[in-house]
Amino acid sequence: MINYDLVVVGGGPAGMAAALKAEECGVKKIIILERAETLGGILEQCIHTGFGLQYFKEELSGPEYAGRFIELVNKSNIDVKTDTMVLNISKDNVVTAVNKDDGLLMFNAKAVVLAMGCRERPRGALPTLAGTRPSGIMTAGTAQKYVNIDGYMPGKKIVILGSGDIGLIMARRMTLEGAEVKMVCELMPYSGGLTRNIVQCLNDFDIPLYLSTTVIKTHGKERLEGVTIAKVDERFNVIEGTEQYVECDTLMLSVGLIPENELTTGVGIKMDPVTRGAYVSEMRETDHPGIFACGNVLQVHDLVDFVTLEAQIAGEGAAKYILDKASFDNAEYIEPVKGFGVRYIVPQKMNIKSEKDIELYFRVGAVYPNAKVVLEADGQVISSKKKIKLAPGEMESVTVPVSVLKTLTKDSNVTVRVEV
Amino acid sequence: MQKNLICIACPRGCYITVDLNDSGEVVSVTGNTCKRGDTYARTEMTNPTRSLTSTVKVEGGAHPVVPVKSAAPVPKGMLFECMKEINRATIKAPVKIGDKVIENILGTGVDIVATNNC
Repeated sequence: MINYDLVVVGGGPAGMAAALKAEECGVKKIIILERAETLGGILEQCIHTGFGLQYFKEELSGPEYAGRFIELVNKSNIDVKTDTMVLNISKDNVVTAVNKDDGLLMFNAKAVVLAMGCRERPRGALPTLAGTRPSGIMTAGTAQKYVNIDGYMPGKKIVILGSGDIGLIMARRMTLEGAEVKMVCELMPYSGGLTRNIVQCLNDFDIPLYLSTTVIKTHGKERLEGVTIAKVDERFNVIEGTEQYVECDTLMLSVGLIPENELTTGVGIKMDPVTRGAYVSEMRETDHPGIFACGNVLQVHDLVDFVTLEAQIAGEGAAKYILDKASFDNAEYIEPVKGFGVRYIVPQKMNIKSEKDIELYFRVGAVYPNAKVVLEADGQVISSKKKIKLAPGEMESVTVPVSVLKTLTKDSNVTVRVEV
Repeated sequence: MQKNLICIACPRGCYITVDLNDSGEVVSVTGNTCKRGDTYARTEMTNPTRSLTSTVKVEGGAHPVVPVKSAAPVPKGMLFECMKEINRATIKAPVKIGDKVIENILGTGVDIVATNNC
């Protein structure tokens, strides 16, 4: 058994930022355990720019953004083990991992930060997609790795199902590399990606985006030869007579991300069914003392900048737990209430005795043009912000200031709602 | 004349309206929330530019390719020509973040630089 103050599971942007923040807050013995060969996580294959505008105030590519944190980790006293897979976390915070050099490793941790990220929803999770199982069907992220890391093209004529950001980014990437991207089909009546990506990845290259449209069948035996697409109604049922055959050799799926929470549920940590991440406090502590969660394993983010900020909160929280556990004893929690239009809120509970403002992050359930985001505490409007457009694809946030927190009791009601 | 744009300068994606006079000159830019939006709208009306990212072949590196970007935006109409140049290039490992891979690509005054170590 190896003793550590803090064990961080995952060496992507969340894990690195959490570990660095914890060290900055005075934690001495920290280790990051990473499954891949290098630190950096998914950023290593996200070679497009657009990262860091919020955090660094410059536009960086994924590897550059990751590179800045990797450099800081390398300069710090934080230990790193790559090529190391965490197998289990026990109820008394023992982290079991394995790699080919050390064999089985057991870490006794005062605190643990979960930063495992998420994975893409695969074809098997699409029950309505019938047909054969030829090669040429892959997630957009897999295709991204083939092109950007391994250096080869996975296909020439491409249909993309799902308009998440990775799908949009890959539409542009494949087009620039000479492939013909025939269309992007989106089941929902709106895109799940950032508006800027619709503009610069699809519109710039005249790639059509078909909303309320899905792929219902794949054709081909050895290699994909084509797909059948169809329009869907508001209940996502295929509208008969709208079926259309599209010739293609590659189908890329960008149909959502699933937080990778097997370790979390293994400990028996309480989950939020909407985010599919842990249920956490404003410090990002789960309901299991000493285990924190941040980044895409907690909630799927649009921007890595927000992952970094969230991870710093978790890193600071973990440091506080390690160095001043007693301060957690007099916390008094209330749950912010999801009002009209709000699908989820992270954190799911907040300490009304917090000495810092608490930022509530949330997503709406539908598109609301010209709407307001209203924060209420015990019936009083705390803030009301006009928004040109609220959409499920873009995370929003509201601040609960300390001055308001001070007025709250454990029976108080804090609500975030959309006003149309 | 009015033109509606969606700003791509940052993930906020502001809806911008540009007013043009009869000779196509920009009279006003509204709907943007920052200076970058104003600049984007004016450039978009006169000489639209885009950042370009891709990969370049590496000899003897940890991976077969290394990611690169244009150090500044290049004219939108030249993206595919730039891609041809980028796909012709090969560099030798070791490569460091920021290394110049192609200088002054197609006379645009913009360098193509590495965005990862390899």
